[in-house]
Amino acid sequence: MSSVLDGFRDPEVAKRLVDAIHATATVPCKLMEVCGTHTMAIAKHGLRGLMPETITLLSGPGCPVCVTANPDIDLAIEIARQPGVVLATFGDMMKVPGSYSSLSGEKADGRDVRIVYSPLDSLTIAEKEPDKHVVFLGVGFETTAPTVALTIREAARRELPNWSALSLHKTVPEALRALVNDPEVQITGFILPGHVSTIIGTEPYEFLAREYGVPSVITGFEPVDVLQGVWMLSKQLAEGRAEVEIAYGRGVDAEGNPTAVAAMEAAFEPVDAEWRGIGVIPGTGLALRPEFAQYDARVRVPCTPPEPREIKGCQCGDVLRGVTLPFDCKLFGKGCTPEHPIGPCMVSSEGSCAAYYRYTDYGKE
Amino acid sequence: MRADRILLAHGSGGTMMKELIEELFVAEFGDEVLLRMDDAASLPFPGARLAFSTDTYVVHPLFFPGGDIGRLAICGTVNDVATSGATPLYISVGFVLEEGMPVEELKRIIVSMHDAAAEAGVRIVTGDTKVVERGHGDGVYINTAGVGVLPDGLDLSGSHCKAGDVVLLSGTLGDHGIAVISTREGLSFSTDIRTDAAPLSALVAAVLAAAPDVRCFRDPTRGGLASTLNELASASGVSITVEELSVPVNDQVRGACEMLGYDVFQVANEGKMVAVVPADEAEAALGAMKAAPYGAEAVVIGTVAEGPAGKVYVRTAFGATRIMDMLVGEQLPRIC
Repeated sequence: MSSVLDGFRDPEVAKRLVDAIHATATVPCKLMEVCGTHTMAIAKHGLRGLMPETITLLSGPGCPVCVTANPDIDLAIEIARQPGVVLATFGDMMKVPGSYSSLSGEKADGRDVRIVYSPLDSLTIAEKEPDKHVVFLGVGFETTAPTVALTIREAARRELPNWSALSLHKTVPEALRALVNDPEVQITGFILPGHVSTIIGTEPYEFLAREYGVPSVITGFEPVDVLQGVWMLSKQLAEGRAEVEIAYGRGVDAEGNPTAVAAMEAAFEPVDAEWRGIGVIPGTGLALRPEFAQYDARVRVPCTPPEPREIKGCQCGDVLRGVTLPFDCKLFGKGCTPEHPIGPCMVSSEGSCAAYYRYTDYGKE
Repeated sequence: MRADRILLAHGSGGTMMKELIEELFVAEFGDEVLLRMDDAASLPFPGARLAFSTDTYVVHPLFFPGGDIGRLAICGTVNDVATSGATPLYISVGFVLEEGMPVEELKRIIVSMHDAAAEAGVRIVTGDTKVVERGHGDGVYINTAGVGVLPDGLDLSGSHCKAGDVVLLSGTLGDHGIAVISTREGLSFSTDIRTDAAPLSALVAAVLAAAPDVRCFRDPTRGGLASTLNELASASGVSITVEELSVPVNDQVRGACEMLGYDVFQVANEGKMVAVVPADEAEAALGAMKAAPYGAEAVVIGTVAEGPAGKVYVRTAFGATRIMDMLVGEQLPRIC
């Protein structure tokens, strides 16, 4: 039973890469991945255990669910509580705790919250149930935003009167700037997200090398991909270079996907967005453009969520910045587990804490 | 129990379901047979020992590639009874029908149940029907209970695994879960994957005949192989290590898991059996499994060690080791 993926899981290739990493990475460095799929791949395949002592692999704010701030989750919950509203969203958002509740808790309480697998499915619900107002909760980075943008345009084309989108979408590059500027973090290299880069290409990351001298490598998601990304970063550091390189040639070209970017820009405009643990980063949010106001849930379902609160002791914010490792949080594995999560990093299938809890022994004695 | 309401995740076969069963049901009912927490209860009975098991089926959609809720309801209970080493004999069926369900659909399900029972050699001997108002059910829910006879002196249990034992798996992982999810509204993707729902009583009997000291059988349904092995490791106070490279997975199942962000170890199966056997009987048990119906792709997937108690490890293709944890909540497709 072989598959196209087997080459990227070939133990021999992996072993050669691991040897090369050990030979190259002679100086201590902190490499951060900023994609939840990388977080999971590293944990699932036990790649941390294959690294030399000089390399620390950190997980950054790469899980769109995790970086969604409490006030935004509270707003989604408040919208779901409005009479006649169906809130449709991807499954990952269901269990994320807001200040007082979660969408799965609201569903158990009888609110009409539904999981969809594509934003277009929410249009179908709106057509089938004209007496309801369907709100699609859009969360994600440049990977998912174009699909939601096209869904907004499709809703306009169909002239759907009972559908709107709550966009909590965010863009990645400026968040990396915030991390590089953070004196507590001190990243020496970035493992850049393959999927996001498929859309935006390499140019938006160039400032990392140009302005800050931080090397970065756009990396795929198979174990061999990740090892290759780490090896290329090690080489850049050893040779004193700082460039944006692509280790994921089968998925990314330098230009990105201009059609997807155009679709995103046609529906959304940049706004300031709050990132959990980092705070407000200018221009990293995506709000619906004014011409699509009738499809903007913030306009169509006006409501005021309760005053937000942060959970005492939850260190998700520090975990998302790579300042605290998941198992150093006092709640990890004790008050906060995947069954009873306190913070989003333990909830999301791509959260750092969930990855550590699921695939390692830490904090479970 | 920390949750104050029942959530969907309480029915997913993972840690939350375990918590619900142990802290609510078992704590209240407290019977010594129930406390063993095996898939079928072994009961003393005048002149014989019985195995008794029940299960309820609420699958959606009702029909999926290779099977339907009816075949599932018979095979699932047959397999639960078989895990005790018993020969399944009699089945009861209880239907909760939703007002408005097409009779033609129900008929298809009934025929499918009859065929599965015939294949498994069990008789459907009693039943019950209730109808609920439209909107209060997913077409049909089915409860089945099964009774079988246990051979004298046989005492299989998930708490009997010992260091040095070998773990066998009767075939590929994840086929049922992916077949069902591939037909779910809004997620349909094209695949040739069919459910593996099948009665495994003949396979169990064959392994028992070849390896009389077998410790236990388990069918890794909801929560998948991960939940099954974690339950065994906890019940026996041992650790289990699985070799990732030796676990058979169909390419299309693997591809679908990659796409959806699922862990194949946590995806449901309905026609697979896990057996834990002493090392000196492993070869005979494997041979018998391979020769039995639905066991052609059987393999040795791992070994049992002293400890740490309750831990299940996966040795990855690169020689790294990670934990194989129980499913928590439900597997939900990822968003990026």
